[in-house]
Amino acid sequence: MMFENLSARLQGVFKNLRNRGKLTEKDVDLALREVRLALLEADVNFKVAKGFVDRVRKRAVGEEVLASLTPAQQVIKIVNEELTGLMGGQSSKIVFSSRPPTIIMLIGLQGSGKTTSCAKLASLMRKQGRKPLLAAADIYRPAAIKQLQVLGTQLGVEVFTLGDRTAPADIAAGAVERARSMGYDTVILDTAGRLHIDDEMMEELERVKARVAPSEILLVVDAMTGQDAVNVAAVFNDRLGIDGVIVTKLDGDARGGAALSVREVTGKPIKFVTTGEKLDALEQFHPDRMASRILGMGDVLTMIEKAQETFDLEQAKKLEEKLRKQEFTLSDFLQQLQDVRKMGPLDQLLGMIPGVAKSKALKGVEVGEKDLSKIEAIIRSMTLSERKNPSIIDGSRKRRIAAGSGTRVQDVNALLKQFDQARKMLRQFSDASKRGGPMGKIPFMP
Amino acid sequence: MSPSFISALRSGLGKTRDALAGKIESVFRGRPILDEETLDELEAVLIQADLGIAAAESIIDSARNRAARGYKLNARGAMALIEQELSAILGAQPSALACATTPPTVIVVVGVNGTGKTTSIGKIAAMLAARGDHVILAAADTFRAAAIDQLEAWGRRTECTVVRHQEGADPAAVAFDAYQAARARGADYLIVDTAGRLHTKSNLMEELKKITRVVSRECPSAPHEVLLVVDATTGQNAIVQAKVFNEAVGVTGIVLTKLDGTARGGIVVAITQELGIPVKFVGIGESVDDLRPFNPDEFIQGILRTE
Repeated sequence: MMFENLSARLQGVFKNLRNRGKLTEKDVDLALREVRLALLEADVNFKVAKGFVDRVRKRAVGEEVLASLTPAQQVIKIVNEELTGLMGGQSSKIVFSSRPPTIIMLIGLQGSGKTTSCAKLASLMRKQGRKPLLAAADIYRPAAIKQLQVLGTQLGVEVFTLGDRTAPADIAAGAVERARSMGYDTVILDTAGRLHIDDEMMEELERVKARVAPSEILLVVDAMTGQDAVNVAAVFNDRLGIDGVIVTKLDGDARGGAALSVREVTGKPIKFVTTGEKLDALEQFHPDRMASRILGMGDVLTMIEKAQETFDLEQAKKLEEKLRKQEFTLSDFLQQLQDVRKMGPLDQLLGMIPGVAKSKALKGVEVGEKDLSKIEAIIRSMTLSERKNPSIIDGSRKRRIAAGSGTRVQDVNALLKQFDQARKMLRQFSDASKRGGPMGKIPFMP
Repeated sequence: MSPSFISALRSGLGKTRDALAGKIESVFRGRPILDEETLDELEAVLIQADLGIAAAESIIDSARNRAARGYKLNARGAMALIEQELSAILGAQPSALACATTPPTVIVVVGVNGTGKTTSIGKIAAMLAARGDHVILAAADTFRAAAIDQLEAWGRRTECTVVRHQEGADPAAVAFDAYQAARARGADYLIVDTAGRLHTKSNLMEELKKITRVVSRECPSAPHEVLLVVDATTGQNAIVQAKVFNEAVGVTGIVLTKLDGTARGGIVVAITQELGIPVKFVGIGESVDDLRPFNPDEFIQGILRTE
């Protein structure tokens, strides 16, 4: 988002220069001022932004930009590369202890999202075939333990607690013992939110660390954090020696400059990001993708990965077969629809596509999401034979379907018509492919 | 306001080793006359307080204008200038909590996840109860696991009744029931807790609108206050948050929380400047009485002056 903005600004800066033919160092400085402002607007810490711009300047003042015919793109390219570098190059994973259980401790300010992240992490661990145990060591916030217990129940993961009158270090030790005796290979430790300048509370964390020696201490940072992110991260890192960072609430529209700041100040990698309210909304962090995303270049890789996770290859092949034989029915349509929706909310999916900015484009998308629900409801209100052979749907059936799905007969008509058209179109494709044209996989979308 | 407000705020803000005033001093050290480089550095100082570029630039612009008219601006002059600008934006008078002509006064508390809504409600309830008001709390955060229990813990602590439904219930229904209860029992205040939601989730914003719609159907002048809770550590995104929440439910005031950390909460200056929404409370600590009515002047002093 911000860099779409930046891109336009840079184009503007360089446009005025085009007539003169040759760029000067001063022109580059003008462009870099825009880069700096954009970073500051994105909440990148002032000093981090300055260092970053200096690095970009060194490269930009060289031949790369001055000799380029498209200086704006060239600057964007350099910024993108430096940004990826700043965020750590390769993606970095959890280090599992050779002697189980692996202990992962989450720490951070109040409200950064530790408890939810613990649950999401447990969910991910289990998906990877591990046996996690959640441990509730936030003994201060009212109902924090209950919150973890509720989340644990939702996931079917055991939550270890000793109530809110036991010292966190003792809870941590108890949890590790429990994990050993029950064969859990991962302990995820939830701690209370605290201010980095609260000496007593920081000592408490140091005691937990000394007691159970976690293999991973992860700092949880809210993506919306402003300039203060560097102070927070530096103190937590100095006192506890963090191993990595989880950036939360990236499903909002915060530009997430804090992530950059934290990375630069601590030198520790960002390991995960969270992108939604659901318990599976925790993703491996990929620096290159994040850079692209911040740069407004979209995140096609994540989308492809999501698609691979959701779509069953076998199923896709069958579908293709059906399309070829023109046996595609409303049941298949419904299946496709559900697969697409399983990939995540439409607005998030679209956000990953290059060039789809969040602003105006999304207004239409919200309608799209509603339309999908409507279509799903209509198809679900049909009998199996109706789904297979829509031509038997007469007026009375239409009224029944409309009533059953809470829609109007017009909506049913519209869907049937749309489906019919789609089938016709598919037939054309299929005919074309028979004549030797490329058929390819057509993702079926209304 | 009690003098302890300043000292409490200062002891919070004073922890900032490199506080604004100190930075401004260092900007002007050895530079008797204001030049462009100094202005740039001054702007940086403001930006690092999360004031945002727009607010920072408006302050810098007026400094530049003065310099052009031949003023010699030293550290003290620059400080005074910043004070004036901030005060012009934040207003001189503290902004009081609304009070309905016929009780109950309905306060709906909104915000993104993790800013401290439930905790702030607990503290506001304690404050109102301490001055003898009858307060009822509505547990309309039916989404987050154990949010209802958290509010009930505050209810017990402050001896306020909590109206609740099951987790996952319709939050608007909770608000409706709570309003009926508040009226039937002659409560002075009804405070509605809502689930944290990112302003970008339009379905959740619709849910929020429904809550205020249901309340105002029962009483046209309600809700009398819609308080947006903003975490002081939040950066520029808080402006968008305030804008979107304001468009959805008409925000009447800001509660600025977690001011006891090293973050200065300068973002509220930008919010007030752009949207004209006053700050009503600031949270400056963990204990129940650490939520204070916001006093613009003292807030500015707290930011600018170090001990």
